[in-house]
Amino acid sequence: MIEMKGIQKSFGSNHVLRGLNLSIPKGTSMVIIGGSGTGKSIALKCILGLVKQDSGSITVDGKDAGTGDRDAFLARFGMLFQGGALFDSLPVWQNVAFRLLRGSLKRPREEAREIAIEKLRRVGLKSDVADRFPAELSGGMAKRVGLARAIAAEPEIIFFDEPTTGLDPIMSGVINELIREIVVEMGATAMTITHDMTSVRAIADNIAMLHDGVIQWTGPVSQMDTSGNPYLDQFIQGKADGPIEAVR
Amino acid sequence: MKPLALIGRTVMAALATIGRIALFGVEAISHMLRPPFYGREFLSALLNIGWLSLPVVGLTAVFTGGALALQIYAGGSRFNAEAVVPQIVAVGMVRELGPVLVGLMIAARVTSSIAAEIATMKVTEQIDALVTLSTHPMKYLTVPRVLAAVLVVPLLVGVGDIIGVFGGYAVATGTLGFNPAGYIRNTVNFLEPLDIISSLTKGAVFGFAAALMGCFHGMNSGRGAMGVGRATKSAVEGAAILILAANFVLTGVFFTL
Repeated sequence: MIEMKGIQKSFGSNHVLRGLNLSIPKGTSMVIIGGSGTGKSIALKCILGLVKQDSGSITVDGKDAGTGDRDAFLARFGMLFQGGALFDSLPVWQNVAFRLLRGSLKRPREEAREIAIEKLRRVGLKSDVADRFPAELSGGMAKRVGLARAIAAEPEIIFFDEPTTGLDPIMSGVINELIREIVVEMGATAMTITHDMTSVRAIADNIAMLHDGVIQWTGPVSQMDTSGNPYLDQFIQGKADGPIEAVR
Repeated sequence: MKPLALIGRTVMAALATIGRIALFGVEAISHMLRPPFYGREFLSALLNIGWLSLPVVGLTAVFTGGALALQIYAGGSRFNAEAVVPQIVAVGMVRELGPVLVGLMIAARVTSSIAAEIATMKVTEQIDALVTLSTHPMKYLTVPRVLAAVLVVPLLVGVGDIIGVFGGYAVATGTLGFNPAGYIRNTVNFLEPLDIISSLTKGAVFGFAAALMGCFHGMNSGRGAMGVGRATKSAVEGAAILILAANFVLTGVFFTL
């Protein structure tokens, strides 16, 4: 269970998060939606400690996310970054097996390579991709490699930051399906950030609508279309008129 | 009032940056002393900073040594002191020009590449990815590069000194009529151990400054292509200034105190 209480974060005079409260039950898939620049990524980065919140508390399974053994804490997480964030200087298999080649989860090199190739297969890539470099991959392949890296160490919690951004609709569908399958198969807790409504319907058990630095609505994806929440309705229907100000 | 405020703000910002760089340097050194150590990244940095810098260091040194011999010969001939070419080339290259030129070449070649690489990693969230993969960016990116530079730049300076002296030798014996054996004997006899120690020490300090500035500005880069460009420019400027300032201080320490 991930619990965020009263999270506030400002950058100068820009108050991005203004008391965000959110609970993600263990083994469920939560999708956070909201417009660009509403602080979705910041919320996610606060959980991982990549950004320090100004106030509020974050707990994972009842333990404060900011204290204790940081390596052990991070070893529970996998993350797919928006642009893949693959390391240019390393071949694909070393990107996937990065965590398995160093630190507390270190394995022999051959074993790490085998696991990497198995994870690449799991996301639909052939073993010949393993020795290529990230610069040689297409956008869809880079996302798949990022996904393989996120699941390589079999984490309990997986974060997906805009998993379908920049992909064509077919590849987006493939990535959405993969994410759903993997999350169910691993029994992981998932948190996804997106403004792609197709992804929302494919990936989510629950959704949370973030606007003005707070969660405006949260609930099961099945109730999304009948929530009666004006912010969520405007976002889902993509209307210019409504409580969310649209700059023309 | 406004110009004064502007000067004050600029000075305060400069002091704050110096403070941040100093803290970054202390943090880098503290991480050098604590595991984990990333051997592959260290070897890769040794190769990039040392081996791949040899051509530019060699070419810079040989032309500088040759030009120095010509200058000293031309200048010395005004008061019948042409014979001191071997000694002045040796002292000039080993004490001053070798370390400074190698340091500046390293700033141009290595600092810029470190800053651009790390800044791009920051912009593309690769540094965030490192953190989520339980890898400290300071240990994985900064320590191998700084340590490699501290160890390998003195070697480059040594090579630069030798090639620079050879450049002077080639010009002096080839076009100025010096006796080859005499030139080498004068060079070897004139140099003192302190000259070589100072040269290599300067190399280590300049290597530290060059790599540290690349890492600092890369890690603190702004967003986008402009952020990467600014980080690279600031890193090279900072490294060059730091190298020249350190050279002044070290020259004072070694030869006047």
